[in-house]
Amino acid sequence: MSNRIKLIFKCDEANHVCDKAQYKNASLWEKITLHIHLIYCNACRKYTKDNVKLTSTIKKSNIKCLDHKCKENMKKELNKAIKETSIN
Amino acid sequence: MSNHQINPNKWIDLYSDYLFNYTISRVSDREMAQDLVQDTFLAALKSMKNFKGEASERTWLISILKRKVIDHYRKINSKKGKAEIRITYNDDSESEGDWLEERVADPFDKTAEDTMENEELGEAIFNCLAKLPEKQADVFRMKTIEGLETEVICNELNITASNLWVIIHRARHAMADCLKENWF
Repeated sequence: MSNRIKLIFKCDEANHVCDKAQYKNASLWEKITLHIHLIYCNACRKYTKDNVKLTSTIKKSNIKCLDHKCKENMKKELNKAIKETSIN
Repeated sequence: MSNHQINPNKWIDLYSDYLFNYTISRVSDREMAQDLVQDTFLAALKSMKNFKGEASERTWLISILKRKVIDHYRKINSKKGKAEIRITYNDDSESEGDWLEERVADPFDKTAEDTMENEELGEAIFNCLAKLPEKQADVFRMKTIEGLETEVICNELNITASNLWVIIHRARHAMADCLKENWF
């Protein structure tokens, strides 16, 4: 019975799928099972609502940020400059 | 009263994203925005002794950045020479007979209020992000704002996928709570 289709999620599994769904990483079946869980679980319904709102807020804000590599380069340059100023 | 301390070693971690976001909405060019942010940090370092501690470190850095952005526009304008505005009337048959007002960009496309609200929202998000532990903030930023794939983040930060999802879960929980207090 190992490959039996899972219909019932525990709360932590439901939250995990909800997180994945925010990045479009959840499968259709996972999403269906999540919604079945949400029918009877109030706490997860609340978490899902907040989570979806967070995703839409960030999308709406259209914020941009620097990539990791660029930040490392900036750090290097700045540290070099800090050393130079402390020597002078 | 000098209430605010200055610490250049923390600048990149704390403020680079905020400054970058501020710049990119004004110069619309990634490379140029990166350069301006970098220049700002270096200029701030040079004039550190002028920091009186009256405003926060971030406000002070933004004031330097503002001048850098203005200088940038001044420079490209002087390269172009004198600005010249020329309006040609009815150069194509389709718009012939239209009032001049009808030809300008749609004023309802994006209003000043929208832009302002977006800037405030961006600020609220970066404030909340600054409250997260460093690792959570890094993972959340890479996954949510940069939109990187799970494998890429795992490779770069040397963590497992399940580890990443646990971090993401904690970060999202904290971000939602923080934004609920300050924004929602």
